[in-house]
Amino acid sequence: MTSKFRTKKVEVSYGDKKAIRDISLDIEKNIITALIGPSGCGKSTFLRCLNRMNDVIENCSIKGSIHLDEQDIYGPDIDPVELRARVGMVFQKANPFPKSIFDNIAYGPRIHGLASNDSELKDIVHNSLEKAGLMDEVKDRLNDQATGLSGGQQQRICIARAIAVSPEVILMDEPCSALDPIATAKIEELMNELSESYTIIIVTHSMQQAARVSKKTAFFHLGDLIEYNDTDKIFTQPENQKTQDYITGRFG
Amino acid sequence: MIRKSIQSRRARETRLKIYGISSICFALIMLATLLISIGLNGYSALQQAYFKVDISVNTEKFVDDSGAPDNNKMNLFNWDGLVQSALREFFPEVKERDEKKELFAIISANAGYDLKEFVKKKALGSGSHTLSVWLHLSDDADQYLKGRLSIDIPEEDRRINNKQIAWVNSLVERDIAKLKFNKTFFTSADSREPESAGILGSVIGSALTLFVTIMFALPLAVMAAIYLEYFAKPGKITDFIEVNVNNLAAVPSIVFGLLGLSVFLSTFGLPRSAPLVGGLVLGLMTLPTIIIASRASIRSIPPSIREAALGLGASKMQAALHHVLPLATPGILTGTIIGMAQALGETAPLLMIGMVAFIIDIPTTFTSSATAMPVQIYMWSDSAERAFYERSSLAILFLVAFLISMNLLAVVLRKKFEKKW
Repeated sequence: MTSKFRTKKVEVSYGDKKAIRDISLDIEKNIITALIGPSGCGKSTFLRCLNRMNDVIENCSIKGSIHLDEQDIYGPDIDPVELRARVGMVFQKANPFPKSIFDNIAYGPRIHGLASNDSELKDIVHNSLEKAGLMDEVKDRLNDQATGLSGGQQQRICIARAIAVSPEVILMDEPCSALDPIATAKIEELMNELSESYTIIIVTHSMQQAARVSKKTAFFHLGDLIEYNDTDKIFTQPENQKTQDYITGRFG
Repeated sequence: MIRKSIQSRRARETRLKIYGISSICFALIMLATLLISIGLNGYSALQQAYFKVDISVNTEKFVDDSGAPDNNKMNLFNWDGLVQSALREFFPEVKERDEKKELFAIISANAGYDLKEFVKKKALGSGSHTLSVWLHLSDDADQYLKGRLSIDIPEEDRRINNKQIAWVNSLVERDIAKLKFNKTFFTSADSREPESAGILGSVIGSALTLFVTIMFALPLAVMAAIYLEYFAKPGKITDFIEVNVNNLAAVPSIVFGLLGLSVFLSTFGLPRSAPLVGGLVLGLMTLPTIIIASRASIRSIPPSIREAALGLGASKMQAALHHVLPLATPGILTGTIIGMAQALGETAPLLMIGMVAFIIDIPTTFTSSATAMPVQIYMWSDSAERAFYERSSLAILFLVAFLISMNLLAVVLRKKFEKKW
């Protein structure tokens, strides 16, 4: 297995407060990696380092190194805008733009100039919706407001929107936390299909979800990476006592 | 115990409700009183006393040697004499010089000028013509006919004497004089004579000024708001800017007038009394208002929208321009229109840059001399003639109507641009 991301001694602090410490882990290509841990353990912070979304936050400073395909993403020759086109993101709360479904998906390709004409753009939009498994549900109302869809559909719009810029990695920050079990099942299914061609990193609060979808799991606790291993291992024979306690529900 | 406390809580709630309702009622009654009293003072300015004269003009007199119309000759012609002799035909008994003077005082001092303008507009063909023209009576005769001049006071204290009253009454009896709709008020600019004064000049002056204000203040304010919200690094300098923006909103408006005087007029040498300068000064004055409203509006847009755009690889500028700004538009527009309404009613800064001037021409460009509606009202209310009193009241009603329609526009635009989540 080749690794997509290679992080070394990553440390993030907001002002004086350290959010994560000394995180070194390699994320493999074209599988789903889950980041689990109790609230405030730094898993979302770590995720947001991977496409430099933390840059937006004031007084946030990052130490250590993160390499994407052997390239330092905090290096001087990397533009965060370009990086984010390669590393897409799906957020906790579905956040479609208050525009039509078509415009939502087409926004990324438009700003990056991925389509040279309207029919190409249309193809990209259709393909993305197809991949996100939404095409059948929305094909008759591509010009309707995306905000009028159900919560699960909105989240899949966001996934389709991320896919439309053909990223290599998709980061998902608790994508199902606001969804009902049926919508969650659909998104998990979708993630499985997508993992064939994309590297997916998901932050989740649900251990069952991590166990269901991911191949590898990293357990964070109070800003430290406690354990990182194959999902099967983590959930059946964890090496660390804290992991054991967490997955058996003794805390968190 | 609990029941007792619930009772007293209910009573408190009811009392609070009563206070609220009574304060709203009080405010409404005050507003109604204000509008009704202004309306009662001003409604009569919608009418103006006119008299009819039949006049014969020979256009041959106004052509030059080659036969083309000559404006100069037209201007030199004794139009006043024409009107006066026509008036004297109604009262052949008036012979004496003093008496004639008194007679001519019942018609507008501008009657001859008005007649000339009327003839000019008619563009008569060559030859002799007989015209029937309605011209203004003087403001005193007008006020008398409207019952606004009391005739109970002694004759020598009145602006119109018994003889003049008799002449006016006789004209009315002969159906030569009557109150007609005051078109002049809506089609002309200021004048020394109330009967020839109108608000159009100041309305256009205000419109030109506000246009400059909005063109100047809106883009600047929106850019400043976006910068402060999204780009400025928090720190001492940003805090300093913020505090000063808020302070600027509280600076007395006349200070902005002084600024305009020293910067725009003295340093840049822009023309005095011009809507361009007025607009810039009012723009500076409304800038902080719009900045504050825009910032509040931008801040109210959920950050998730901006994150979504950034996550797709949009630059900060793209995220702001493509997503945040369109969503913040209703709030920005509301703030802008409130700022504009404030600017529309502002007099003090305009005093400093010479927009308080007696201007009889309707402004046509941004650099022509102009005045603004509140300034016009101020100047009329300062005039001695009774007829200006009703005109300033009517102008106030107009200004209020202007303001209400601007606020309505704000509501409509808000509704139109507001997106449902």
